[in-house]
Amino acid sequence: MSTITYETVHHQHDVVVVGAGGSGLRACLGLAEAGLKTACVTKVFPTRSHTVAAQGGMSAALANMGEDDWRWHMYDTVKGSDWLGDQEAISFMCKEAPSAVIELEHYGVPFSRTAEGKIYQRAFGGMTTHFGQGQAQRTCAAADRTGHAILHTLYQQSIRQKAEFFIEYFALDLIMEDGVCRGVLAWCLETGQLHAFWANQVILATGGYGRAYFSATSAHTCTGDGNAMVLRAGLPLQDMEFVQFHPTGIYGSGCLITEGARGEGGFLTNADGERFMERYAPNAKDLASRDVVSRSMTMEIRAGRGVGNDGDHIFLHLEHLGPDILADRLPGISETARIFAGVDVTKAPIPVIPTVHYNMGGIPTNIHGECMGNAAGDDLALVPGLMAIGEAGCVSVHGANRLGSNSLLDLIVFGRASARQAAKIASGKPLPARGERALFEASIARLDRLRHAKGDSSTALVRLKMQRAMQSNCAVFRNEHVLSEGVQEIEDTLEMFADLRTADRSMIWNTDLVEALELDNLLAQSKITVHSALARKESRGAHARDDFPDRDDQNWLHHTNGRLVDGRVALSYRPVVLETGTHEVESIPPKARVY
Amino acid sequence: MAEFRLPKNSRVAPGRRHNSPEGMKTPQKFEIYRWNPDQDEPPRLDEFFIDLATCGPMVLDAIIKIKGEVDSSLTFRRSCREGICGSCAMNINGVNTLACTQSIGDLSKTIRIYPLPHMPVIKDLVPDLTHFFEQHRSIEPWLKADETHLTTERLQTPEDREKLDGLYECILCACCSTSCPSYWWNSDTYLGPANLLQAYRWIADSRDEATEERLSKLNDSFALYRCHTIMNCTNACPKGLNPGKAIGAIKSLISKGGN
Repeated sequence: MSTITYETVHHQHDVVVVGAGGSGLRACLGLAEAGLKTACVTKVFPTRSHTVAAQGGMSAALANMGEDDWRWHMYDTVKGSDWLGDQEAISFMCKEAPSAVIELEHYGVPFSRTAEGKIYQRAFGGMTTHFGQGQAQRTCAAADRTGHAILHTLYQQSIRQKAEFFIEYFALDLIMEDGVCRGVLAWCLETGQLHAFWANQVILATGGYGRAYFSATSAHTCTGDGNAMVLRAGLPLQDMEFVQFHPTGIYGSGCLITEGARGEGGFLTNADGERFMERYAPNAKDLASRDVVSRSMTMEIRAGRGVGNDGDHIFLHLEHLGPDILADRLPGISETARIFAGVDVTKAPIPVIPTVHYNMGGIPTNIHGECMGNAAGDDLALVPGLMAIGEAGCVSVHGANRLGSNSLLDLIVFGRASARQAAKIASGKPLPARGERALFEASIARLDRLRHAKGDSSTALVRLKMQRAMQSNCAVFRNEHVLSEGVQEIEDTLEMFADLRTADRSMIWNTDLVEALELDNLLAQSKITVHSALARKESRGAHARDDFPDRDDQNWLHHTNGRLVDGRVALSYRPVVLETGTHEVESIPPKARVY
Repeated sequence: MAEFRLPKNSRVAPGRRHNSPEGMKTPQKFEIYRWNPDQDEPPRLDEFFIDLATCGPMVLDAIIKIKGEVDSSLTFRRSCREGICGSCAMNINGVNTLACTQSIGDLSKTIRIYPLPHMPVIKDLVPDLTHFFEQHRSIEPWLKADETHLTTERLQTPEDREKLDGLYECILCACCSTSCPSYWWNSDTYLGPANLLQAYRWIADSRDEATEERLSKLNDSFALYRCHTIMNCTNACPKGLNPGKAIGAIKSLISKGGN
């Protein structure tokens, strides 16, 4: 090993944000406005972040398209979460939602408009009025490119505020000292140098880890790097067994077709041409929540009613909507369906299949974005200096199943809240002192080891083995047997990883090494995910067990916290927060979840 | 006597052949530009074969397969793989486009891949886009309007909103700008089609209050008028946008305003 040759450039900031997607950029904006010296470290150029691919919209009870109330939004979110969401966090998010959307409009987001010129809102799954009575139109949309419109606008605003970006820097590890987060170590791809970013607060906005699975709507870069950094620091990840399968990924490529397609009137059919969702969710039908629709589709396919030569997928029909609506409201997915499925949506249905889409689990935080759960095993203790937001974080507003269009909302509300809190903590403090190199020597050693790896297994091969294991053993339906097998498969994959081979030895734009580091990150998260899933002996939201088909509020109204201790998974549990934290709305007690 | 020499690394040397098509059901040959900043060697064009029978339909699927199975040091940017992030812009058989939406089946027999043309290369297919993004900053691409007094959204008619269609969808992939001969020769001063389209996106936005300021800043013989309506930009745009038309609209507004 040759760690001595790794020169390190040092930086001192009030706050360092890792990640430049929706939540990271919103946090940066708030911090820049507060006058704090902020660095935004990101492995891709900001507008390449995966927020750009969000399509359908951002929920907020604006009532532009009919009556609405943030309390109804809260009810829907709690029910959507299958009561695993923390009600204090959910009420906070839903109440903040309207102002968050208005703020984005003021920033310049090109929302679609109603005839009166207001922000256009569409129907989305699980979004209702009067506590489950009617269908709400709550999802604020810029055609079907809402994520693109929001991400670009946030980037525009952050250059307006002269935010300090470190672009194409790969974050390697948190720099921890005595349980306090002191900063982040990152690798600049362009120069090959390592950079230590010392900060009073570090905000992780590193997104989800969809690429642990073989078929995901997620970008190649969705490898949950921040989650893995947290695990390596001995800190917990929460509710990792809850992985959302989006009902409508394009069969084959996995590209996303927005739920907004069904919000605009699209529907699913099986091989008999039947609109089967009417059987599974008599009221909400095709707009039941995602876990329900994905399970129903899987059951249809299992019952031999799938479409296609192998009977292994389902059709999504949009052709009845007419070319005008499609061109006006769903132009992006019309293009995606043409390119990736060869389908003209005005004439034929799109072949779709439930596809990994979102991680409800992540780094546990309070409603200000401060990380909870220390390395000593205390799940309620705050970790000084560390925050997490967006898909990387787990507040938890999504619980066991996220509602469509609550994700863009989560990014903005908690991005903003974390900036407020970080400003409160870091303002008035002097810039942090540079720490010792010993604090990140182990990270450099890990990088060096992978850079010079001379084993027998290629990154692509090990990654494929992991992705196949997760896809077969931790999918829509699970049971003791397949999950135990999954645990073993991931162990075997970790063994293969120990015998990795990389070919590029350079430090400049060494994507061979980037992918090896990302694989290391994905494997750690996969391990926590399968162990958490095996341990949870109930069915709740996206976690559906054949062997425990019912929800068990007696024993499992708890968040799972998973740590890696000496390479082994250690699980602990923390009760769900049922209090709403406000007098404006009452707690919603668990009840049967019917759509 | 004057001596003319090509800049360093502008001649591409013959490359290595990494594997053979033997045993492949449907072999496809790729020739890919390689350059490693760590080695003092000119760039080269390497040869790879992949079996289309076991490969996804897009060029990005193929180069990921090459990286995974043949040469893991092959370097390129990629992220969303569905044509929305703009990472994997490259020159494929002479055309700038996104590797993730370019179908292999639509290309001729040998597929030749270079980085986006006329940009500094960092490594293999990774160009340095710093200057392109600096120029993007320079047009001040954000909404300029008084926003403080409002508690609700600004109103915008659907007709006014429609004027942004074909503009706001730009993904900053730089395919258009790096296909423009004027940009090749004058990129130090000419903003290029992508950034002019971005500039027009704000001029066209009924909510923006800085139209005069924006137009007057653009009224420059280099920043704007190096556009000679060659229209390579519009042909190249992988999102089907029309930067040439946006530039025309800016010119027309300036001439009407007598700026």
